[in-house]
Amino acid sequence: MSTGALSKTVFVVVAFGLLAAFPLMGGSYGIDLVTKIMVFAILALSLELLVGSTGLVCFGQAAFFGIGAYAAVLLSPADAPPSLAWLLPACMAMAAGYALFVGALSLRTKGVYFIMVTLAFAQMAYFIVHDTPLGGGTDGIYLYIKPVLGPWIDLDHPLTLYAFTLACLVLVFGFLAQLRRSRFGRALDGIRVNEQRMRATGFATYPYKLAAFVLSGAIAGLAGFLFAVKDGFVNPEMLSWHMSGSVLIMIILGGLGHLRGALIGAFAFTLLQELFKSEAVFGSFARHWTLLLGLAIIASVALLPRGLAGLPGQWRERLLGRASRRAEVNGVAP
Amino acid sequence: MTADVLLRGRGITRRWGGLTAVDRIDLELERGTVHAVIGTNGAGKSTLINILSGEIAPSSGQVELLGQDVTRWSQPRRARAGLGRSYQRNTIFPSFTVLENCRLAAQAQTPRPWLWWQPAARCPASVSAAQAAAGRAGLDHCLDQMAGMLSHGQKRQLEIAMCLATAPQVLLLDEPLAGMGAEETERMLALLRELKSGHAILLVEHDMDAVFRVADRITVMVNGTVIASGPPEQVRSNAEVQAAYLGGH
Repeated sequence: MSTGALSKTVFVVVAFGLLAAFPLMGGSYGIDLVTKIMVFAILALSLELLVGSTGLVCFGQAAFFGIGAYAAVLLSPADAPPSLAWLLPACMAMAAGYALFVGALSLRTKGVYFIMVTLAFAQMAYFIVHDTPLGGGTDGIYLYIKPVLGPWIDLDHPLTLYAFTLACLVLVFGFLAQLRRSRFGRALDGIRVNEQRMRATGFATYPYKLAAFVLSGAIAGLAGFLFAVKDGFVNPEMLSWHMSGSVLIMIILGGLGHLRGALIGAFAFTLLQELFKSEAVFGSFARHWTLLLGLAIIASVALLPRGLAGLPGQWRERLLGRASRRAEVNGVAP
Repeated sequence: MTADVLLRGRGITRRWGGLTAVDRIDLELERGTVHAVIGTNGAGKSTLINILSGEIAPSSGQVELLGQDVTRWSQPRRARAGLGRSYQRNTIFPSFTVLENCRLAAQAQTPRPWLWWQPAARCPASVSAAQAAAGRAGLDHCLDQMAGMLSHGQKRQLEIAMCLATAPQVLLLDEPLAGMGAEETERMLALLRELKSGHAILLVEHDMDAVFRVADRITVMVNGTVIASGPPEQVRSNAEVQAAYLGGH
């Protein structure tokens, strides 16, 4: 195994090990926070499939997230707990269905136009839940009875929800890791680097991009479902462009092109947000947390061109670069 | 004549607004021959390749591949049916290894995108096709090297190798010798001669010495039209060609 592959494996084992052990020490606030972060990590992974693997900068990921969440609430019966067995697939299918519609139309455009068209479709979904009574309008709606799976899983318990969310995160991570190595994943890589060459080689690239888009929508729908169940509440802000922007910042902050970048980015972004919002640390200035968050993001993009996941490589290169420069000065070949 | 015509263009025309880039071109590519298309910049050579490979649609005219009318086929479909092309600029995947560049190209023949659990590197068909193609193009000693780190000449060889990995019958090569040194040019010409037996090759090239050495037929284009077409000696002695293009050649 190469050192790169080894350090990746070590990272994954340590990260998921820590997440599994966290409930032993984290209080109820901590468990709620980390559950939220893991949900965002799933959402970030869904976007990483589009941006990092396929080179499609989607600025409307919040729509699929929100649709998954609203579906969880709207499809739940009012008097009995719904079964996970059908509710979860249904939420993912609805998000995937909207992704199929959006992808089929937006993938005919490229570059900046693609970004704008995905944003427009997300805004469309946002205004439908915002301005119609369908989803409770601006006030949002509550999910009173949480889904269950027989007598085994009851997502009303924070710890059960934590474990279930972690399991979903591990499954999504494992699935995407395997997918990236497969023929489908390699074809997506080729499309990102040079779509024209892929067409000349014999790949019909449109179905590949559409499949990635629908898959990404389904995973974002899973994240939305978990978010709705966690909070027991959904509102239109989940579909707003701020949400799409936040996820995009998470994967850029973490480092594009790596699955662990999405994971690291979701943690870094949410924890920074919590830090700057904290009155214990910043006193009354915590009211201006968005200013601090913005400055932190500008600084990280300027200093970490490859994101947090690229930091070890950046340090290694700097050290090696310094060593080779010193060698040159001393007249020794590096 | 019973020649094995693999690709045929009939009356191919492409207009961009008022400009006619390619005007009623007829062209036949036979198995076992190198058919060179020469002409000054802007003569319409690249437009012709783009139309034949399906990258752009002709305004009028017809393209036949292996006896089938493929004028309305998409580029990927033509590629899978046996039409390979290389580009004038390098269009390799610089962050992949040489082998992976070829393997990805070969994968187009056995795509199976639904096998998400199977690593692409364990796809036996595409790996062996990639190794064979890289070997034919003379790259078997650097399979694990990053494509972006290759020399210019090797990158041009890789372009051809990626083309070969898709098992094409027709090769459309857009200036494969561009920017190559003398030694690299020799190697490429030897490769073209070797590939000739199994393929029909269209060669667009600016290096006249190389063209006259390797081509079996030469078509000369000026301003989108063909002014001469035939065996090299005939084209060389054509007065119109000499006046328009070859100068004192």
